[in-house]
Amino acid sequence: MLEKEDRWLRETYVDLLIEYAAKDDRIVLLEADLSKAAGTGRFKEVYPDRLINVGIAEANMVGVAAGMSAMGKIPFTHTFTAFATRRCCDQVTLSVAYAGLNVKLMGSDPGVTAELNGGTHMSMEDVAIMRNIPGMTIYEPVDSAQLKKIFPQILAAPGPVYIRLLRRNAVKIFDDDQTFTLGKGTMIKEGKDVTIIASGILVAEAVKAAEALKNEGIDAEVINIHTIKPLDEEMVIASAKKTGAVVTAENHSIIGALGGAVTECLSENYPVPVRRVGVNDHFGEVGLTDFLMEKYGLTAEHIVEEAKKAISMKK
Amino acid sequence: MSEKIQMLNEKAKEIRKLTIQTIGELGVGHIGGALSLCEALSVLYFDAMHVDPADSKMPDRDRFVLSKGHGGPAVYATLALKGFIPMEELHTLNRPNTHLPSHCDMRLTNGIDMSTGSLGQGFSAATGMALAAKMDQKDLYVYAIIGDGESQEGQIWEAAMLAGSRKLDNFIAFTDYNKMQLDGYIEDVNGLYPLEKKWESFGWYVQSVDGHDVGEIAYAIDNAKKIKGRPSMIILNTIKGKGGFFCENMVASHNMNISEETWKKAVELLDKEEA
Repeated sequence: MLEKEDRWLRETYVDLLIEYAAKDDRIVLLEADLSKAAGTGRFKEVYPDRLINVGIAEANMVGVAAGMSAMGKIPFTHTFTAFATRRCCDQVTLSVAYAGLNVKLMGSDPGVTAELNGGTHMSMEDVAIMRNIPGMTIYEPVDSAQLKKIFPQILAAPGPVYIRLLRRNAVKIFDDDQTFTLGKGTMIKEGKDVTIIASGILVAEAVKAAEALKNEGIDAEVINIHTIKPLDEEMVIASAKKTGAVVTAENHSIIGALGGAVTECLSENYPVPVRRVGVNDHFGEVGLTDFLMEKYGLTAEHIVEEAKKAISMKK
Repeated sequence: MSEKIQMLNEKAKEIRKLTIQTIGELGVGHIGGALSLCEALSVLYFDAMHVDPADSKMPDRDRFVLSKGHGGPAVYATLALKGFIPMEELHTLNRPNTHLPSHCDMRLTNGIDMSTGSLGQGFSAATGMALAAKMDQKDLYVYAIIGDGESQEGQIWEAAMLAGSRKLDNFIAFTDYNKMQLDGYIEDVNGLYPLEKKWESFGWYVQSVDGHDVGEIAYAIDNAKKIKGRPSMIILNTIKGKGGFFCENMVASHNMNISEETWKKAVELLDKEEA
């Protein structure tokens, strides 16, 4: 039975920042007037001089972070996913990535989870933007257990990492003692008929879909790709070879992110039918997560349907 | 004329000649906005800045960001004269696999502290450097040069507001106020006037100097260092294309073609002036 965690995922993120900042004085936080949204006020209480709130100026925040990185700091910036990517695209590309600097860019409220902030704040394209920046690592946590294991790896990564963080309660998927590796996929359930590759909040839907498919005699493999870039091509190809049909599922446009990455990888290496569950090339709108997931087809039912289509397309 | 002023003038002239030569050898480049920087670069690298080519990455060195990254060739000439890069490397400007691209690149060129080119961005990075230095109580200065055309970028003012608000008195910036941009005169395209008042209103200590007078620039930097609680903006009143007979005070000098005959003649004229 899948259940939501007691605490918001942002609380785990802030816990980790506080914990690791004690051991590593290079860590600094930068906010652009969304500290209350990220819950980083707790960090400021412990380290008052290490949280720089630049005000409502996201482009400047990224540039300032780049300069601080050039001085040896490891800055973690935060704004909503929409502004962290499309608003700051040139700054992230040039001041951070092109300059070879080490800035960790946290974007909160990915995709439909922007909820009542609506279409203007809803990023369906953020991962696609970041994926096209050379040297960028993209990580989307599934739950707190995973975030805790991956966080030190993000810190240790020499280059920029985009952290696509759900702020509210995640569905608990993983055991607390499970290990994870940045850049490697996680096998959730082995199967032989079809592979479901999911990220973020769609992982819970993928697990539910696999259960529903089992009742219909279909044995689905479920993989979590938490690091969308670099993609764990080895795991994707091995699973495609085993099942011969793939469905991707993400809280993002089907263009250019997980669905795009898996499709590109398989067309070049081991072509099998791939169906993409995600937002089908349109803007977001106001609504609660459940409503929008239903409206945009980001549900277990939709994954089941696409899984059957993918299986029917096998040669 | 004091010995120091004479030396700084000589260095400025060397920077100017090398800049004309390196862009001239290539046949095309951002000559105008590079030549307006020569005196400022001379004062920074041969007087004001604490840097050491033998230890180019020393942590407590002063930092320099050319936010108007297209002036790169003038910085490369300066770095070569200072000993950061071999003099012969200047001839590789913009050639395949060069370490000296049009716009400054910290990953390619020894002595470059920040990659710049997309206007407005270097100034934010310089602000971040000054903030980080303050945070660690480092006794160093961050210097940055922005363009007047570049000052039309909103990001400049985002950073200006932050630096002023955070009282970054370890931050000394310059505006290369040559009054021209690619498409024409600044005041015709999108005017900056009154520039001094703009910076003052953002909480900066503002000085306005003759950007081709090394003595005035050096004096302004000394002044800036005495000011506590405010970042400094030194407005360099300059002439675009300064010292190039073929490009001085010409809007077309932003990025122009230069023949071999022209650049050789320009260097010859500067040499004669020296004698």
